[in-house]
Formats: sequence, C-alpha cells, structure tokens
Amino acid sequence: MADKLMQVELVAADRLVWSGEASMVIARTTEGDVGILANHAPMLSLMVDGVVDVTTAEGETWIAAVDAGFLSVANNRISILSEHAEMSHDIDLENARADLERAHAAGENNDDAEAAAARAWAEARIRAAEKV
Amino acid sequence: MATSVRELRARTKSVTSMKKITRAMELIAASRIIKAQQRAQAAAPYARELTRAVSAVATYSNVEHALTTEPEDPKRAAILIVTSDRGLAGAYSSSVLKEAERLAEKLRSEGKEIDTYISGRKGEAYFKFRNRTVAASWTGHSDQPTYDVAREIGDALIQAFLAGEDNPEIELEGEASPVDEVHVVYTRFRSMLVQEPTAVRLLPLEVVEGEEPPKADEVLPLYEFEPDAAEVLDALLPRYVQSRIFFALLQAAASELAARQRAMKAATDNAEELIKKYTRLANQARQAGITQEISEIVGGVNALADATAGSE
Repeated sequence: MADKLMQVELVAADRLVWSGEASMVIARTTEGDVGILANHAPMLSLMVDGVVDVTTAEGETWIAAVDAGFLSVANNRISILSEHAEMSHDIDLENARADLERAHAAGENNDDAEAAAARAWAEARIRAAEKV
Repeated sequence: MATSVRELRARTKSVTSMKKITRAMELIAASRIIKAQQRAQAAAPYARELTRAVSAVATYSNVEHALTTEPEDPKRAAILIVTSDRGLAGAYSSSVLKEAERLAEKLRSEGKEIDTYISGRKGEAYFKFRNRTVAASWTGHSDQPTYDVAREIGDALIQAFLAGEDNPEIELEGEASPVDEVHVVYTRFRSMLVQEPTAVRLLPLEVVEGEEPPKADEVLPLYEFEPDAAEVLDALLPRYVQSRIFFALLQAAASELAARQRAMKAATDNAEELIKKYTRLANQARQAGITQEISEIVGGVNALADATAGSE
C-alpha cells in the first residue's frame, strides 16, 4: 500500500485544517467531480463550493466543507486551498441551517454575489455534515 | 516645603493606580502577542501553497495577466498604510506613517500622484487632522485581523488597479480612482524586540518563479489546468494578493502588540520611579513638619520658661 499513498494538505486561509496521508481524494471542480488516486498527473484546478472527500491511509473517510478554492496535485502531493474550510465533525448543523435560511432571506431582497456566496457556503456545510 | 504631605500622598495614589493599568495592559499585550504569532504561523501554509501554485502557473504556462503586467507609464500610485486602532503603543503608528510619507515623497518625485488607503483608526485620524483625502479606510480589526478584512481590502485595491481605460465597466466607490501601482506599508515583526516599518510593492505582482528549483533527478511536473491556465490564474492572483495583505495585517498586529507591550513596560517602570520619588518627598515633608513642630514646642517652652524666670 505504501506506494499508493499521497500526502494531502487541506489548508484554509487562517490555518492548516488537516494534513496527512491519504489513498483517495474526491473534490468538486468547476469541470465536475474529480477523484484523485496516487500518481495522478500534476494538475491545478479550480474548485467550487462543496465537499471534499478524503480516504485516509487507514481506510477511514473524512469529509470537509470548502468554499471556492484550488486543488493542486503534483508529485503525489495534494494541496486543497480554500478560504474557509471546515471538517464535517466541526460543523454545527443547526447553525449551518440557520445560516442558510438567513442567506435565503437576504438573497431574495438583493441577489448579489455576496448573498450567493453565503448561500453556497451554508449549503456546502450542510451537505458535509449530513454526509457522515 | 512647597507641596504639602497630603498633596504628595494623593499624587502617589493616582500614580499607583495608573501603574496598575499600564501593568495590566502590558500583560494583556504580552499574552496577545503569542496568539498573534500563532495566527501568523497558522496562516503560513496557505500563503506557501498559494505561492507555490502561482509560481507553478507562472513557470509552466505563458499566460499574461493584467495583475502582473507593468503599466508603461505609471502616473498614479496607491499606498495602503497599516496602522493600529488604538494608541498607547509607543511610536508604532507614527513610525509606519513616517515610512509611508517617505515612500509617498519618493513616488511624487517620480511624478506619480498618490492615493492613500488606510487600515486602522490612528492612520485615519492622522490624515483627517491634516485635512488630507483618503481613498478608503478600514478600521476596528488592527489587533485581530480576519481573512475577510484582508479580502475586502484586497478587492478594493485590485479594483482600483484594474479600473481605468482598459476596463471602463469597473466603477470605483468613494474617493478611489484608478491607479497604476499599489504599495503596502506595514510593520514587519522581526522579533519581540525588533519591528521595522516596511514598504513593499504589491501590484503589479512580481511572481517569484520556481521558489524551489527542481532537482536534477526530479521530473518537472507538467501541469494540467482546469478549466484552463488563464482562468486558473484569474482566480489565483486575486487570492494571492489577498493573502499577501493578510500576511501584512498579521505581521502588523503582532508588531503593534509588541510595541504596546514595550511602551506599557516603560510606562510601568516610570510609574514605579515616580512613586518612589513622591514617597521620598512626602516623607521629607512629613519629617520637616515634625521638626518644625518640635522646634516650635521647644521654642514655646523656652519662651515660657524665660517669662516665668523674669517675673520671679
């Protein structure tokens, strides 16, 4: 198994959320979902708000909510960069639902980019929390 | 003795309570520095990965981007000055402002007009007092900057940089006008003892290519860009700018706290000295009073004794 692992780092703007070895990473890019295994070709792609699915070396799976960011793959190193990132077990589902409702309420009045971003982020968190 | 014992005692008391305040502020600043340093360290991986990604794009593709292109004839420059929200930090804000003035002078001598952007209430007050216009300012976060603030500032500066003849659709808010370059003046946190005001040019970006030169036996990664290199760069560069600003804000926050701790330590030491001095003066005044009373009593007794001796 040793040669089937990659070094993964999930980095938010203000902290390192997770780092360790993983056998598979699934993320949603602008082109659609991608699954990445070890020895993937170097890639740099844009992510959209959504969830990142990582299968660790021990076979466990964890899920994190990310907002738009980057996925960079090179030499079996994956870095997932996102301004905000939250592991599913850190997400307060009630809180996320309330945020979504608030974002919906705000979004009906003025449909600007900020409200849309807030909505997408709340949705991503709810998805990540429910997926576990 | 000019001042009375009571007056001196009152002064000692007020200095003592001031000392308590400055001591408390010193301790608060000291504990916050550690937190600020931790925040700066926690933000480092993001900046590092972002830099790596940017230099990857710059190295493995030859896409030109507006944010990296040097304007041919720069006429207007923006300066972002990172100051503190509160005073009582020694020369912290004034040395940043001095550095900013120096940079502004240099840019003016190159024939550029200056737009000022400010973070922190102290800088805002400085410009308001001198009746100078400020393009935009952000306050209320100087000792605990969040990424959201950095994004807001970054977006405003990028908008100002991109606006102009090339992009007539961008509308700027308030006093802001299109600029050809963007500089940042902030205080760099070298150590607890050394913080130095620094000026760096933020835009147009100078991307350091290949931060880590690949070793001979290492195969150069041929990146695939999704959706394509131009679009990746388009999303990457603004974030790079934001993260640079965030870095500046975090450094400034740590420096501010270190400066405050030092200033408050000096204030506490001075207060201690004052207390010592006033206590001595008060003791002296009290002793003088006692001596005077004794000599009065002795004098009175003598006079009384003389009077009785004379009458007998």
